[in-house]
Amino acid sequence: MSGLRILVPIKRVIDYAIKPRINKAQTGVETAGVKHSLNPFDELSIEEAVRLRERKGPIKVEDILALSAGGPKAPDVLRTAMAMGADRAFHIDVPDKGDGGPEPLTVAKMLQAVVKEQNINLVLLGKQAIDGDQGQTGQMLAGLLGWPQATQASKVEIKDEAGTVEVTHEVDGGVETLRAKLPMVITTDLRLNEPRYASLPNIMKAKKKPLEKKTLADLGVEDVRRLKTVRVIEPPPRKGGGKVEDVDGLVSKLKELGAL
Amino acid sequence: MALLTLARPQLLRTLRPRAYGLGSRSLYGRATEFLQNHDPDLSESQRMVRQEIAKICSDFPDNYWAKVDETHQFPTELYEALASQGWLGICLPQRYGGSELGISEAAVMMQTIAESGGGMTGASSIHMNIFGLEPVAKFGTDEQKERWLTPLIAGRHRACFGVTEPNTGLDTLQLQATARRSGTGYVLSGQKIWISTAQRADKILILVRTTPRDRVKKPSQGLSLFYTDLQVPQVQITEIPKMGRAAVDTNSLFFDDWHVPEVDRVGQEDEGFRMILHGMNAERILIGAEALGLGFAALRRAALYANERQVFGRPIGQNQGIQHPLADSWMKLEAARMMIYQAARLYDQGYTDGEYANAGKYLAAEAAFEACERAILAHGGMGYAKEYHVERYLREVFIPRIAPVSREMILNYVGERVLGLPRSY
Repeated sequence: MSGLRILVPIKRVIDYAIKPRINKAQTGVETAGVKHSLNPFDELSIEEAVRLRERKGPIKVEDILALSAGGPKAPDVLRTAMAMGADRAFHIDVPDKGDGGPEPLTVAKMLQAVVKEQNINLVLLGKQAIDGDQGQTGQMLAGLLGWPQATQASKVEIKDEAGTVEVTHEVDGGVETLRAKLPMVITTDLRLNEPRYASLPNIMKAKKKPLEKKTLADLGVEDVRRLKTVRVIEPPPRKGGGKVEDVDGLVSKLKELGAL
Repeated sequence: MALLTLARPQLLRTLRPRAYGLGSRSLYGRATEFLQNHDPDLSESQRMVRQEIAKICSDFPDNYWAKVDETHQFPTELYEALASQGWLGICLPQRYGGSELGISEAAVMMQTIAESGGGMTGASSIHMNIFGLEPVAKFGTDEQKERWLTPLIAGRHRACFGVTEPNTGLDTLQLQATARRSGTGYVLSGQKIWISTAQRADKILILVRTTPRDRVKKPSQGLSLFYTDLQVPQVQITEIPKMGRAAVDTNSLFFDDWHVPEVDRVGQEDEGFRMILHGMNAERILIGAEALGLGFAALRRAALYANERQVFGRPIGQNQGIQHPLADSWMKLEAARMMIYQAARLYDQGYTDGEYANAGKYLAAEAAFEACERAILAHGGMGYAKEYHVERYLREVFIPRIAPVSREMILNYVGERVLGLPRSY
């Protein structure tokens, strides 16, 4: 295998430290004037792509392409990705319609087109975006491409020049190691790495890296909606608990609630 | 948001604002959001600096700053975090590892560090590195810049700044410490005072007299600037116990028979004062920005507390007696911020007069002082307890009121230069 050409799709989402609020129309979450940042799982994918390059494994990393679909602010996170080490970026211009953006299948089709066009042989995606929490795009993409996939990776290793990849992920009761051959799709989970802060000199350099703007139509994809959001509401407030005197009290309370 | 259930240090970085039990109404209040980045006037690069510095500073919570203050420990961790990401070179040339951004960006950086809860402690731990070596960048030889700026930016050399003397104060032209020629260099003797970080600094940028006052053509001549190794036996460094910012040492220096090689002299002999003057406006802007950060930090704490603290069955912040002083403080801080950032912009455009830098520093320090005082008063008795951090802010806010130039000297400057009135001193 000649070299790794990695695609890292990323998303700009409401910052995870912000408590989201439902908008007045009850159609989604209020995004205006709210702090946004790079989806934390995508930060992990970027970091892993950069580390694959830094590790100087059996296959050289030739290209790291970051991609984000979204409105005029999407380039913010693309610059972050390039400051962390991505070589170039695609901004797929999708106007903000307040509907949560394109659905996972649309995104997967869009990525499929980019993979083909750019001759990508490894796609590293966050396992989910923390806004929609859908967690489907990676799997759909692997299906569309007919590539092997390893989800929720906690460790990624390129084993040899032939493109054998070992991915470890956590499962109930332990860890599971999967082996596959490139090209493949990997989705990332929290324990994979600890993303770096971009250094100031790298942030400055990122401003000069190429950022290309495209549309869904350029990639031959249509933004078709298959789902309709009927209503979004806050979860009911949690009720306060009660105090029990001692262990006996606890046991009888649990019995009373049918938990024992 | 399933993510919030996963406790991982890296993801906890910015979870801190939640710990204050924000009421739903306060969530999007600009002055209560931790290191908010919504100021409509900021440029794209200022916004970037604010965002990135906020990330780094979020790793240093309030109890970190309380602890270093209590234990007199230099905040090495912050210094190293900033150095390792290249932030010390924000204004210095790219050739030596810097990023050549302006004072407009450096001011945002310093404001953000102070505002994160680091206050003057956080800001002072790197302050000298940000702009102190401007005379070297401007007047040093290529060899000196390579030898000095590269390790400074990389965080390998820590630098301090020695101008003030116990017997001359702000009357810099009366400096008494001397350097006399001797063989291949100079021999320095005299004393300096208010030298921050000298306990740990590897290098000092020091201004001393090379020609006596009665033998120079102009009073501004006769002083020379050196950048040299500080930790030598001929220099005695004594820490001055002080009111606030205990973590970052302040010292008096006594030195005698201190040999300094000629290659450590910056620029021409006898022309040191001119070189030091260059960069004074920048320093005022940065100190002013640090004061703003402290003021906004105090205001934030006060507003959050006032919204949370219930007395007589309602939040105390519902009372105008509490609310209005805080609103007034926001306006004053914001007005000072406008002037500081205007001064920074002008500086970056090459403007050399000092009225905006001086006035901005003055207004920022006074607004910050008032905000810190009001933050304590809004907290009532709790404000006097260290646990609520605002008493520490008040102790630190005296620094920008006094340094690097007193309020009175700024008023003199404006009186003379802007109002055209006779010099009073």
